[in-house]
Amino acid sequence: MTDEPLLRVSALSKFYGSRVGCENVTFDLWPGEVLAVVGESGSGKTTLLNCLSTRLLPSSGTASYRMRDGQFRELYRMSEAERRFLMRTDWGFVHQNPADGLRMTVSAGANVGERLMAVGDRHYGKIRATAVDWLSRVEIDEDRIDDEPRAFSGGMRQRLQIARNLVTGPRLVFMDEPTGGLDVSVQARLLDLLRGLVTDLGLAAIVVTHDLAVARLLSQRMMVMKDGRVVESGLTDRVLDDPRAPYTQLLVSSILQV
Amino acid sequence: MTDIATYNFAYLDEQTKRMIRRAILKGIAIPGYQVPFASREMPMPYGWGTGGVQVTASIIGPDDVLKVIDQGADDTTNAVSIRAFFKKVANVAVTTETAKATIIQTRHRIPEHPLTSGQVLVYQVPIPEPLRFLEPRETETRKMHALEEYGLMHVKLYEDIARHGRIATTYAYPVKVEGRYVMDPSPTPKFDNPKMHRSPALQLFGAGREKRIYALPPFTDVVSLDFEDHPFEVQTFDQPCALCAAENVYLDEVILDDHGGHMFVCSDTDHCEKRREQGHRGHLAPETPLALEKTEPAQ
Repeated sequence: MTDEPLLRVSALSKFYGSRVGCENVTFDLWPGEVLAVVGESGSGKTTLLNCLSTRLLPSSGTASYRMRDGQFRELYRMSEAERRFLMRTDWGFVHQNPADGLRMTVSAGANVGERLMAVGDRHYGKIRATAVDWLSRVEIDEDRIDDEPRAFSGGMRQRLQIARNLVTGPRLVFMDEPTGGLDVSVQARLLDLLRGLVTDLGLAAIVVTHDLAVARLLSQRMMVMKDGRVVESGLTDRVLDDPRAPYTQLLVSSILQV
Repeated sequence: MTDIATYNFAYLDEQTKRMIRRAILKGIAIPGYQVPFASREMPMPYGWGTGGVQVTASIIGPDDVLKVIDQGADDTTNAVSIRAFFKKVANVAVTTETAKATIIQTRHRIPEHPLTSGQVLVYQVPIPEPLRFLEPRETETRKMHALEEYGLMHVKLYEDIARHGRIATTYAYPVKVEGRYVMDPSPTPKFDNPKMHRSPALQLFGAGREKRIYALPPFTDVVSLDFEDHPFEVQTFDQPCALCAAENVYLDEVILDDHGGHMFVCSDTDHCEKRREQGHRGHLAPETPLALEKTEPAQ
């Protein structure tokens, strides 16, 4: 691994008027590392994720990202054009609800190909071949390539959304509850797939989830949030097996044992 | 008392014309960019060419010769009414001959006769935003234009090829202007797209309901979007015009009876009549050429 982080976040805060979205969040993310952000709903996980992915501008604090040329760039000082370019090339964003991240009225192939066309790919045959390749990597049959995502099950839609995000070979992927709303067997397969892809591609990822099992499976490191603040962070196994903050202890002990 | 005494020249008041001319100038300065303007109520319903009429009214002068076509024809309701409108409110000469006109207002065709320097082609545009059916939010499409994010436009063409094996868009075929803005050429058949490229005439587009004006100055690069392995192609026809035997022109299918009889004739009526006057005969042409009034002089 390289000796420099991919993303440096320092004292990031977001206020909605007088209400706190997230407050004073500081961490580094290293290449190839998966960081889970856990906490109950309303704890500021999604606000944090939206700030990091520049979908929201924070009230204060900085985040700098190491571009492909090795230079750190301050995210909130980049122009909108640069941010949007980053968003569709070097980054991915997997939404909880696939309908938010997919174009529901165009075919699966075009959904995967859109990013390629956005960065200037103009060869139909090559775009289609790449789409076929990515559909097979996320276990969607090739003959579904011309179907609209509307005709897909929830799990397939989520896998399609992942393919659509990974097609340009991003280095950092943001995931907002990637397994939310899926039944457990589908969740298990999706997690398996994600784990494989993250390892194969050396992706760094920030995964927001309220599901501690997802965090344990996917992430090496985790942050526990409560009321907009980070109450505990550390290696996933350490935090889950030996929770120190009272809130984390409560969270871990709240998992239903089957 | 004459009819025109109750109107300002060319119907619109001078302040309105000034405002529209400003929008036109801005449009010319930024080829392909949609300039918002304060579209006025016109004495015709939206969708009948209110945008084109306002543009024409703002640029027309007493010496201009106006031609109005609707799908290539000079004699359809829309074309006849708009021609009569300007004859009445601006007292200008009107014509059906492409070569003699200084301003040609058009609904969905570009005349077959090549346009020359000094002519102005005014398009009536129903929906100026090429990205509209791909991205419904106007705030977002404006941002996409501003940031030159046009990947989505190719998604539409990709879908065409995936579904039909070729690019099936036949009209309102998106073009890129001067390597910058993606523009909707109004619902002209894609057959006419190559005529826009480096045309010596000034081309103005007015969308009345959508309140947008855009423009192509003379000799502007207009490139139809395509894929490397599915290049842009225009429509071709198996047979020549049934009346004037013209080839390589855009043809309309005309149903002749209810037993499946049909013929293909030039959509550009002026072009077709000109050719018949010159003695060209198609296989369904009547024996004696039609005598048609060509230029109606100013009153």
